[in-house]
Amino acid sequence: MIKKEDHHPMESLLRMDRIPHIWCPGCGIGTTVTAFIVALEKLKLDFNKVCVVSGIGCTGRVAGYINLDSFHTTHGRAIPFATGIKLGNPELKVVVFSGDGDLISIGGNHFIHAARRNIDLTVICVNNFIYAMTGGQVAPTTPLTAYTTTSPYGNFELPSNVPQLAESAGAVYVARWTALHIRRLTNSIIEALQKPGFSVVEVISPCAMYYSRINRLGDGIDMMKFYHENSVIKHNEPTENLDIDYQKEIIVGKFINRERPTFTDSYNDWLVTEKKAQSKSMI
Amino acid sequence: MNPGTYNLTGNQACAEGALSSGCRLLGYYPIVPSIEVIERFSKRCPEVGATLIQMEDEISALAAVLGASWTGKKSMTVTSGPGLSLMMEHVGLGVMLETPCVIVDIQRSGPSEGIPNSPGQGDMMQARWGSHGDYEIIALSPNSPQEMFDLTIKAFNLSERYRTPVLIMSDECVGHMTEKVIIPEASKIEIEPRKYYGGPKNKYLPFEWSQDFVPPIVDIGKGYKFHVTGLTHDDKGYPIMNEVCQELNVHRLINKIRLNAPQIIEIEEDKIEDAEVVVVSYGITSRVALNAIQEARKNGIKVGSLRLITVWPFPEKIITKLAKKIKAFVVPEINYGQIVFEVERCSHGNTNTVFVSHKATQVYDSDNILYAIEQGVKEKEIKEKIIEYNK
Repeated sequence: MIKKEDHHPMESLLRMDRIPHIWCPGCGIGTTVTAFIVALEKLKLDFNKVCVVSGIGCTGRVAGYINLDSFHTTHGRAIPFATGIKLGNPELKVVVFSGDGDLISIGGNHFIHAARRNIDLTVICVNNFIYAMTGGQVAPTTPLTAYTTTSPYGNFELPSNVPQLAESAGAVYVARWTALHIRRLTNSIIEALQKPGFSVVEVISPCAMYYSRINRLGDGIDMMKFYHENSVIKHNEPTENLDIDYQKEIIVGKFINRERPTFTDSYNDWLVTEKKAQSKSMI
Repeated sequence: MNPGTYNLTGNQACAEGALSSGCRLLGYYPIVPSIEVIERFSKRCPEVGATLIQMEDEISALAAVLGASWTGKKSMTVTSGPGLSLMMEHVGLGVMLETPCVIVDIQRSGPSEGIPNSPGQGDMMQARWGSHGDYEIIALSPNSPQEMFDLTIKAFNLSERYRTPVLIMSDECVGHMTEKVIIPEASKIEIEPRKYYGGPKNKYLPFEWSQDFVPPIVDIGKGYKFHVTGLTHDDKGYPIMNEVCQELNVHRLINKIRLNAPQIIEIEEDKIEDAEVVVVSYGITSRVALNAIQEARKNGIKVGSLRLITVWPFPEKIITKLAKKIKAFVVPEINYGQIVFEVERCSHGNTNTVFVSHKATQVYDSDNILYAIEQGVKEKEIKEKIIEYNK
């Protein structure tokens, strides 16, 4: 017999006054949020010092449902907004929760430069291969030949490889899971949150309403299973091999885990050195 | 900086003003002719422990400034016309999230890249209307390095007081001129404290209605667990997409500035009591106009001066009142007509408005302003004669 609980088990970290959420049945954002909340709980962080910043889009709505200091900003600008927060108060754990269109397309430049600077942010990128909030347009992550409302003859643009982009730009932690790898995804989010520097966790998520429907791939749950069953765990796989082909094998795992001084560390070092130099020259 | 008298450029004075008012974060993208603000700020960073970050573009520069402001750090960005165009996205977000911050625009000629190293006043309307949707903004226009210092402090004070981005609409000429700047003792500088919320944590509403339309603010990381969004939102900060919420939200944002306009507006009047012509000017043109005004007075023309220190919100009532008793307004600007249309609108047809399009390259030449003053008197006389003849 199913035990009926009178409380949502995650209600302390959800804005219950905003539930039900806007996400479609079979969407992978929900499981990603679950993994994130479990990660926060497992880490026993001071929730007052954790802050979530989102951009625009389906995943952009995450900030509005998580009961932390949270910002729903402009399209693609979650990373620079979060950068400002981190610089303003380096004590905070700042998480950017957004979609592939937001982070890789309109926010691509910010993604590259935040990784290059190694700003201490955790970026959770929910990749559903499509612009879902606006009705199913082609995205920079749409696999070749996949249909969208704006690629009615199949997509012919080479999609972005998010882990490769993150690695080459300088991210210190890069992992990819599907929305059904909940335990592994949770562990990766935990690692990413603990990692000083720019960490990226990509989550391959079904879009039941648009991507699956337009390509006739079944319901969200079918897609979720398909992605899970067709994924191969290959830790430390070179990121150049991580392109995603249409309805083919998806390589998941933890690909990058390296050390590099963060922007805040380098900046503080510079401040201290310069201050000493300036006070010496004054003498 | 130690109090005293210094020779500073306008841009340097701006950086000092920002530091004096407690600004501790500058996010920017390099652009001529605003560089000296950043250079000055960067040199002073180690001493004051401030943060400086060169972002990847102006869009992210203002985004970072908004983010930093929510941590309680006074923050600003510096740019010029092309950069201001990119920043407009986040001027809107800053207005919507009611985030205090200062945007310094050292105007150059436009459109597009224009002439990077020549003064311009072509961003005045962009400052007011540049971001999409309905909003009100505060913009100040300094005309000397001293004012670059003073008005930067004032801009921070206004942004904290009204929880809004405040623009400083300077220009290349004021930014690059060197003059004496008096830096007062820190204790003599008036600093507006941030209006923090003091109630119970679970009752905090980021966009609460209050008497002066300015809701109290909190910092990130203090346990309020608040949410804010650029979407139309209720007082909780939750997105609510309906007409009632849109009306409540936007109406308050607009009224916050409109109804507080008398407290915000600062102008400088000179001999307007008996004036027949009033020169309405701002920024560097106000100093050029001064020469013309003095010449005209020597020639026996009763001319007064009205200098806009606050350009937005526009001093509508003052212009309307003046229009009823003078023969003409003369409006010199380094553009092809922007603020002149506001003057014309506020005159309600009660007086002439003579526009002087002041070319950037002739910025030191006051002859055309003098000519406009002379024409201003004449044109009204001609009109009066025509009216009398028709009677």
